Parts: sequence; C-alpha cells; structure tokens
Amino acid sequence: MSQASRKLVLAAAAGLLAFGACAVAERSRPEGHDDFAIVQKVLQHPRCQNCHIPGDAPLQLDDGRVHGQNVVRGAHGMGTPGLGCAACHGQSNPPASYGAHMPPGAPNWRLPPPGQKMVFLGLTAGELCRSLKDPAQNGGRDLEALLHHVSEDALVLWGWDPGHGRVPVDVPHDQFVAAFRRWIEAGAPCPEP
Amino acid sequence: MKLLVNGKEHEVTVPADMPLLWVLRDVLGLTGTKYGCGMAQCGACTVHLDGRALRSCVLPVSAAAGRRITTIEGLDPNGDHPVQRAWAELDVVQCGYCQPGQIMAAAALLSETARPSDADIDAALSANLCRCGTYQRIRAAVHRAAGMTGPGGRP
Repeated sequence: MSQASRKLVLAAAAGLLAFGACAVAERSRPEGHDDFAIVQKVLQHPRCQNCHIPGDAPLQLDDGRVHGQNVVRGAHGMGTPGLGCAACHGQSNPPASYGAHMPPGAPNWRLPPPGQKMVFLGLTAGELCRSLKDPAQNGGRDLEALLHHVSEDALVLWGWDPGHGRVPVDVPHDQFVAAFRRWIEAGAPCPEP
Repeated sequence: MKLLVNGKEHEVTVPADMPLLWVLRDVLGLTGTKYGCGMAQCGACTVHLDGRALRSCVLPVSAAAGRRITTIEGLDPNGDHPVQRAWAELDVVQCGYCQPGQIMAAAALLSETARPSDADIDAALSANLCRCGTYQRIRAAVHRAAGMTGPGGRP
C-alpha cells in the first residue's frame, strides 16, 4: 500500500472511530436523561419519598423510619377519622421557640390517596419516570400540571424548608424546576431500566 | 386576640406563638385538657378544632383564632355526650390523666364514622397513649357509644 493510501485508510478509520464514539455518547446520554436524573434525585429524597410509599404507613425523618403512633394513609390520604394528619401537622412549621422534635407543618399535609399512591420509594429511574407520567398513577395530571405541582404546591415547597432537625432537599428548588422543564421539553424520555 | 372556645368568645392577650394548650389551661382556666408530652406524641392535649381532633400543645394560638375550639368541658354542656356516658358505664378510667384526650379523639372518630370497627378505633386512637393500659375498655366503650347514637341518643 502506498504512503497516500495508508493515510487515506487511517483517516477513514479515525473518522469511523470518531463517529462511533459520538454514537456511543448519544446512546449513553440521550437528551433529557441527565435532567430526569436530577428530578429522580429530588423525588427520592427523604423529604419527598417518605410519603410517596407503596404501603399505607408513612415514613419519617432523614432515615425514613416508619412514622410513630401507627398513623396510616386513610381513605383520602389525610389520615383517619379521629387521627387526621392535621391533628399534629399544622399549616406551617412550629415556631423555633418550640424546639426540636416537633411535628413539621405545611398546608394540606397529606399522602397521595390510596387509589393513586404516586410511589417514589424503591423504584428504578425508568419505573419512576413511567409512573410519574401515567395519569392513572399521578392524580390525572398531564406534564404541565406536574410541572405546576412541583413548582408551586406548598407541601412540595416544604421539602426545601423542612424545619428543625430535618435535611432539606439537596438540589436547589429552582434548579429542580428548570431540570423538570427541560425534561418535558425533551419529550419527557424515560431511561431504562 | 379573639378565641371561640366551647361556644363562648374570649378576648385574650397572649403571645401569638403561645401553644393553644397553654392558653386553655393557664389563661382560660380550662384544665380538663391535659399536658402530657408537649410535642404531639401522646394525645393527652387533644381538643377539637372545627370539629376535628387536634393536639393543642403544638398549635400556636394565633392559628386557632376565629376557629371553633371545643375542649372536654364543652363536648356536652352536661357532660352527657354518648362517649362520656359509655366511659362511665364501662368504668373505663383508671388514673384518668389521658382520658380527656381519649374521649375527644373518640368523639371525633364517631362524628365521622358512626359504627367503627375495631380497626377503625385502633387507627383513630393509636396516638392516644394510656400508661394504665385501659385500651381494651376504651375500645369497648367506643363501641358502646356508637350504639347510643340512635334517636334519643339510645339504640
């Protein structure tokens, strides 16, 4: 093979390699997947997933232990008659003067209702993504309604201001909402598995 | 600040963050509601806010202004609420300290669930602790009270 031919073959091989590398990169990081990873990190933070559970006993604190007092979800996600969530969880966190170990508070303190549990706990990225988009599981919300929910719902926002002794969600809320929006704009793709 | 307690309006001058329980007991003299843990863990301080059970030890009084507060003293003007009668008939009380909270939680349950099952009762009262262990009599008395809710307050 002549010198010129060898250069041509090498150039073609390098081109193929570059194309291949590019293709691999596209396969491993499709548009929207990085943003969904941010969304997943937030949804599976204890402040969120402690109440987005497959069972009926909510979890509590940073280690996600079973909530004390045997409290349960109830028929509407608001606890049971005689022991509603609001029996202890007020409209806002207690004043700082009350000290540690007080029940936190936010408007409409609740779990998802039993018919649409919106489970976050224990799901893979793909499972979480698909259930998040499923109106049968997410309270009948389309993607814009989901975005509105995570942007403005007072109970969601509590996750960034959880009061004494609780770790807030560790992705800033504005970055979370921006990632959620970009994920939607990318077609809300779901990773596998 | 105006508070509506047991159907009567009270004007109180207290810090906005004072727990409702403090106001009830120390300012208004309604000592039937008990202090147990002070952190919504035991249920001794249970009252009704707009008809729903509430732990008064963790609610800033300012959050109760303008709402309907009912304490054990106001559950029935003559102490003759079906739950109170059932409690007396079955001699539920031992030391008695937790019982105002138990009764208020039971009354809240029956206001929403007229014929509760054992499971309903357990779910409603699981956060009202009784160190004397009167739970079996409490459950029986809630069933007894549920049977008193027909015409005239009797089955």
